[in-house]
Parts: sequence; structure tokens; C-alpha cells
Amino acid sequence: MSARNLILADLDGDRTWRLQDYLARGGYAALKKIIAESTPPADIIAEVKASVLRGRGGAGFPTGLKWSFMPRSFPGAKYLACNSDEGEPGTFKDRDILRYNPHSVIEGMIIAAYAMGCERGYNYIHGEIFEVYDRFEEALAEARAAGLLGDKILGSDFSFDLFAHHGYGAYICGEETALLESIEGKKGQPRFKPPFPASYGLYGKPTTINNTETFASVPFILRDGGETFLNYGKPNNGGTKLFSISGHVNRPGNYEIELGTPFSELLEMAGGMRGGRKLKGVIPGGSSSPVVPADIMMDCTMDYDSISKAGSMLGSGAVIVMDETTCMVRALERLSYFYFEESCGQCTPCREGTGWLYRVVHRIEHGLGRPDDLDLLNSVTTNIMGRTICALGDAASMPVQSFVKHFGDEFAYHIEHKTCLVPDDVQREGSKIYVGPSC
Amino acid sequence: MLSQESLKLIDVEVAKYPSDQKQSAVMAALRIAQQEKGWLARETIDAVASYLDMPAIAAFEVASFYNMYDLEPVGEHKITVCTNLPCALSGGVHAADYLKQKLGIEFNETTPDGKFTLKEGECMGACGDAPVLLHNNHKMCSWMTTEKIDQLLADLAK
Ligand SMILES: Cc1cc2nc3c(=O)[nH]c(=O)nc-3n(C[C@H](O)[C@H](O)[C@H](O)COP(=O)(O)O)c2cc1C
Ligand code: SF4
Ligand code: FES
Repeated sequence: MSARNLILADLDGDRTWRLQDYLARGGYAALKKIIAESTPPADIIAEVKASVLRGRGGAGFPTGLKWSFMPRSFPGAKYLACNSDEGEPGTFKDRDILRYNPHSVIEGMIIAAYAMGCERGYNYIHGEIFEVYDRFEEALAEARAAGLLGDKILGSDFSFDLFAHHGYGAYICGEETALLESIEGKKGQPRFKPPFPASYGLYGKPTTINNTETFASVPFILRDGGETFLNYGKPNNGGTKLFSISGHVNRPGNYEIELGTPFSELLEMAGGMRGGRKLKGVIPGGSSSPVVPADIMMDCTMDYDSISKAGSMLGSGAVIVMDETTCMVRALERLSYFYFEESCGQCTPCREGTGWLYRVVHRIEHGLGRPDDLDLLNSVTTNIMGRTICALGDAASMPVQSFVKHFGDEFAYHIEHKTCLVPDDVQREGSKIYVGPSC
Repeated sequence: MLSQESLKLIDVEVAKYPSDQKQSAVMAALRIAQQEKGWLARETIDAVASYLDMPAIAAFEVASFYNMYDLEPVGEHKITVCTNLPCALSGGVHAADYLKQKLGIEFNETTPDGKFTLKEGECMGACGDAPVLLHNNHKMCSWMTTEKIDQLLADLAK
């Protein structure tokens, strides 16, 4: 188990994203084979199932299974959507996939569209990475000009077109039904489920939504076989995965590794702890996943099952590393502010609850905490969880519960002494402007 | 109300969607309108809505829901700096403090000469590049040390 590049293989930063470079890397070979052999769609879905590819957007749902939910014969349009609205704090892998290897996503989407009979697709790209959106438009134009997109792809009977849609600053649009609302030109407010998008999706038509990295994994699976992909990971956790490492390490950045690689190895790849300082805690799967204390994290391997056993989630693969100079109350305060800001306001428990969570953590951090505030925080989270339309309510609650559970002493100290356990100047020094060797 | 050039750009967006789903282009159309006008006044939003045959209120709802649309005038250069936790661990807050001090303004303020507006941003999906900031929504500036911030402000002040 170690570093292995499938999605990031043979890339040279900004210099190798064009169609000709992708073709030279063996790109579009999987699609060409499918078209030449008229592979039955069911065989493609079976291959994806065999790979045990699990969705890379956060929930880890098996991709092949999701694809099999789409109605086979449906009188009318079916749609495909790619979720590149990457806004989960700590996550920055889809941006690199899109800017350095956009055709891997395009090929993955064409294959998916063929397998599910979709006639049109949209890639929803986070507004803040507008330069990547522009580049993706160029990549689409290249694919169209080469007959890979549009009517009668590569001379076959199969037609599919793909377009880019940009967000403009709303985290909630990463939630798949909010994303569909947004493509329809509305506020990004999540829909009730059921009905699920496979029966009622974009414009009310059957739709499948997958993450950027999920689609980018598909060409390899079809070219080299689902089993080859699976074997790079471990049972039930197929393949390689990109991890975005941020925080107190020497080399923040994206690392593609085999699922099941020990966390300690990943930390080493990222250059180890900044200034040789001591690890305090890790948020292993994006800001919504529960924080894990250092000693438990050092025993984990990076895969869905191990991280879940440690009481957290692999989520989007965003690993936020915090060292001993971090004030856990302040860290949580910033995250709670984020969820409060980004709640779409549709459900009362989320709209009101995220405000409560932020205000209570804020007052603890600012020396105004009350003795029963930790109980209050826990009771607010129980009033949110499971009572909302979408998972943002849970996403806001899990950090609070886990920070209080694992670093309760630090919160209690704050409430009693009205100040941080970690002195302010130590915090400022530990999190001062740091740019790694990569820039 | 909108320039011919903007309308042409909007037409390209409209063509991405089924012919009975023009409203899907509203996010791009508002973005294009904002690029032309600097910010979205009520009349500008109305013009976008009527061009897309949608109710003005629906376009206004979209403009007010998404953070990158400016419903109030902003300075010539809007700088949005990310202070979310992953960035904050590598100096996002320090960079924001430095910008405030250099520009002499707080978040959501504009310098008296109308040149600079400073905003606090949420995760831009670029945390590995911390500190990160956006210039006028679309240009991402990575690894912003104080020297690079000095340079950026000097270039923009020209
Ligand atoms: C609040 C919220 C934000 C989300 N943000 C993203 C995101 O930025 N990117 C993403 O792929 N999935 C995100 N998701 C998950 C999507 O709803 C969906 O599960 C995913 O795109 C499915 O793709 P996958 O099966 O390939 O992972 C988010 C979910 C929630 C509740
Ligand atoms: S849980 Fe929050 S973000 Fe999700 S729909 Fe309800 S109010 Fe909106
Ligand atoms: S936290 Fe700043 S870009 Fe992600």
C-alpha cells in the first residue's frame, strides 16, 4: 500500500492537460474500445461494480450500484451531472483533476452516459475556480472537434453532449439536489428525497450525479479492468484515491495513494509535521467529518472502513492536520461559523441550530462561556441531526460533537478560565503564513 | 441595457440548455452582467430576467442567494481572502490582517478612493495554496505571503 498515480499519472502540471497529451497517455482508449465493440451497457456497469469504486464526493456510495438505479428504457431525456462544486473546507482535489487532467473526467462522463443512456450532461464547477471553468470549456471544445462529444460519437449511433455550468459562491450547491436546482437556474435549495434523482432529477428527468474524481476513475477501470482497480485498494475499498492535505504539514497538497495506506505514510509523503511539532488532531475527510485525536489517527489506514472504525468518515478525502499550537475551540468556532453562513435556511432545525452552535462556541472562545454550555451544544446537535432535508445539518453537528467529545478538557478550561489553553502568541506563531516548497 | 457583447455571451450560455429551459442560463447571465457593470443593480437584474423571459423576482432571488454576486457597489478591485480553518492553519488570518492594515479597511469596506473592497471568503477549494485570495471573483492568487500581497496591491494601484 503506498503512493500510486492512476488519475494523476504522467502529468506535468499546466503543460499536459490538452487532448493530444491525454491521448498520448492512453486516454480515450477505453471509450474507443467500447464504441468499436459495441459493449453492452450492462457490461460496463458490471465492470464498475467489480471495481468497488465508491463515490469520491463524500458519501462513499458504490458507483456501479448507483448507475444501476437509472431506468433502462425511459421515454425522454436522461441526464448526467458531474459534481465539481468542491467547497467542503479542506478539499482541493477536483480542482487539480480538472486543471491538469480534464479529459479524464470528460471520458469518464461519456462512458457513464453510454452505460446509462444519457443524452446530455453538465459539469457543475465551483465558482471560485473560474479559471478552471474556462479551461474545462476549452477541453470540451477539443473533445467536440475530435468527434468525442456531440452527435454520433466516433461514428457510432451514440450521441451525448456535455456542458459546463458554474456555481457562484454557495457551498450548499455541492449537495446533489441543490446542484440540480442550481442548474435549473434557481436558488440552490436541496429537495426532499425521495424521489431520488435517478427517477426525478434535472428538469424532472432521471439523472445520475457523481463526483469529479469518481468520473475520472472510470476510464482506468474500463481500460485495465475493474479487478485491477480493486486490487490497488483493499476489499470493499477499491482503487486509489486523492487526498488533499492541508494544515500543519511541511508539504500541503494532493497525494494519490492506494486505499488502505497507513496514515503515517501519508503524513510522511506530505513532509511530516511542520517545524517538527506534535500532532494534536486530524479531520480526516473534510470539515464535516468528526475530528480524530492524534493517537487514534496514527493507527488508522486511509480507507473508508478504517476511518469509520475510528469514529469518523473518509468523506471527500480532505485531511486537515492540526498540531499542538492549535486551539480546538477556535478551530471549531471557525467551522461552526461556516455552517451557519452556508445553511440554506429551508429547515428550522438547521437554520436556527447552526446559529445556536456558532453563537455558543463563539462565546466560549471569547471568554463568555457558561458552565452548562457543553451540554447545551450537545442538545442542540441532537435537535438538528436526522431532522433536516439534507445532510448539512448533520455536517454542522458532527464537528461540534466530536470536538467536544475528544477535546472537552480544552472547552472546559476555556469556560472556567475565560481564555485559551494554548497561549495566543503560540497559536499565531504556529499558524503564521507558511508556503511550502511546492509554490 | 446590457451591451451587445454581453448579450452575445449570454446567448452562448443559453444554447447549453434545452430550448425550453432558458432560465438555466441565469447564473452565467448575471455573472456576465456583473462583469460588464461592476455590480448588480436592480435594473441590471431586471434586464437579465427579461432577456431570459423569467420573472424579475426569480432572477433577484438567484442574485441574492449566491455570495459572489454583488448587490451593492464595490471598489474597482474586490479582494476576497479565505479565512476558513484549513487556510487559517497556514496563515489565512494573518494574510487577512495584513490586507486590512495595508488598506486601512475592515471586511466589507471599500477604500475612500474607491479602489479596493475587502471581503472575507469561505473555502475556495484551493486550501493547499494557502493563503489564497480572489481578485474580482475570477483570478485566484495562491501562496500569498506579505511580499506577494505588497506586489499585488502595487500592481493593482497602478
Ligand atoms: C452540504 C453538502 C455538500 C456537498 N458537497 C459536495 C461537493 O462539493 N462535491 C461532491 O462531489 N459531493 C458533495 N456532496 C455530496 C453529494 O450530495 C453527492 O453525494 C455526490 O456528489 C455524489 O457523487 P459520488 O457518489 O460520486 O460521491 C455534498 C453533500 C452535502 C450534504
Ligand atoms: S439541512 Fe440546512 S442546508 Fe440542508 S436543506 Fe435544510 S436548511 Fe438547507
Ligand atoms: S479553506 Fe481556504 S481555500 Fe479551502
